Amino acid sequence: MLAIVGTIPDSTFPLVSGDVALENDRLRSGDYSFPLERGTAALIAAAIKTLDVFHKPRPFVYLVGDIGRGDGSRRLYEYFTRSVGATDFSAMTLHYLMPDVDWCNRIVFALEDMAVRPVLIADAGAMYMAKMSGNAPLFDVFTPDAGELAFLADEDAPHPFYTRGFILHEENLVPDLIQRAYAHDNAARYLLVKGERDYIASKDGIIEIVSEPLVPALEPIGGTGDVLTGILSGLVETGLEISKAAALAARANRFAGLLAQPTPATQAGAIIEQIPQVLDLLVNSPEKLAMEAITNRANTL
Amino acid sequence: MPLFGVSRKKVKKAPSSPNADRGILVFENTSEVIRAETILRQSGWAIRVMGPPPEIRTGCDLVIEFPLIEKLHILRRLEEARVKPLQVLPVSGPLLKPVDLFHIKDFGKHLMVRAANMKLTVDKETLMIVNISGGGCPDVPYLASSMIGKHLAAAPSPREIGHTLCGYALQLAYEEAKKRCSL
Repeated sequence: MLAIVGTIPDSTFPLVSGDVALENDRLRSGDYSFPLERGTAALIAAAIKTLDVFHKPRPFVYLVGDIGRGDGSRRLYEYFTRSVGATDFSAMTLHYLMPDVDWCNRIVFALEDMAVRPVLIADAGAMYMAKMSGNAPLFDVFTPDAGELAFLADEDAPHPFYTRGFILHEENLVPDLIQRAYAHDNAARYLLVKGERDYIASKDGIIEIVSEPLVPALEPIGGTGDVLTGILSGLVETGLEISKAAALAARANRFAGLLAQPTPATQAGAIIEQIPQVLDLLVNSPEKLAMEAITNRANTL
Repeated sequence: MPLFGVSRKKVKKAPSSPNADRGILVFENTSEVIRAETILRQSGWAIRVMGPPPEIRTGCDLVIEFPLIEKLHILRRLEEARVKPLQVLPVSGPLLKPVDLFHIKDFGKHLMVRAANMKLTVDKETLMIVNISGGGCPDVPYLASSMIGKHLAAAPSPREIGHTLCGYALQLAYEEAKKRCSL
């Protein structure tokens, strides 16, 4: 089973661990219902849509309210590190959490108590603290954008906010930044670098570049990265090899974006809705035919 | 003859360290840093928000660099405002400088401003904030839900309701967007 660990932007939201369900445009875990437009909620919704396509169980979630003070994250860390050792999750995605080096080390220790180590995916604050604490190589996938990749490539930066000026956040420098991140042990086993072109890479180099379709309006939309990580998490849980899951996730996210006919004002929920039909086509048809079918469908909207 | 009219006798020797006269104020969290920064800037002090030295770094943090000679005065002002630093330390090495480059992308009807890892997008006609993206700290979804759909001039600023470095970066993008939209 896939586990997702993150926060909800509501200081009154309690610590919740359990199953999660999608109900129209909201998520529900236990007695608590919350919107899915952005952050960890968008990731969960995208993962559910993906897992449903493959008839796989829905994820288990560890959630807490945190509006940036870090108090919720710390409560979650405490609970998670106490309880995770007895679980048997096959994949685990750590997401919007307050970066904290000390707690990241404790999480890594706690995961060692599991009988079988899950595939570990980190994005957002969890990726920041994995790099800061020197634990990046213990993770299986990071999903940075170009700016976050520059932070991974800068061995001295403790946060993307401090990336040194000579390490530019430019898309055309991505291959060099990937190399630099691996040279300093600041990358996970695989990187899925999201941007105008999505790069799938490992320490041995770039494995695949996904660049079609290019939908420029997706860049300003908050949550598109969360949706991508959600699709990736779901695909990894199906047992797909990680680099193949990353490439398929990148493709599915782009086509879902295309079908949503976005403007820079579109919200992520509109993209999440498109995931089932896009994945169905990409998985069940030869790739070229699937792409033609999705493009034609988008053109008729 | 003096070069450019400056007598050699008047040229001061550089201090042994460029930071020798600077100290740092360390706070419990980024929200307090942001509050202290606002108070000290309003009071006219030459301060800078910087990255902490490695020995006191915990994760998502900022410190305030200040003129050490003003220490007592500054501490008194902060105490009055009930924003007391956890530690006051002299600067012993180079501090990390925040990213200060902005990237602007014009989508026609919309303008996107990126500062560090945060992006804010505005409808150029209505000046409504239509999207916020990027970042990884837990106040990003909170800031997005509080600011999206509001007018650039009426939205709560990340400085007021944000708590982290991502919130601080979004404040820079927000200020730049207001400047570019002539607000």
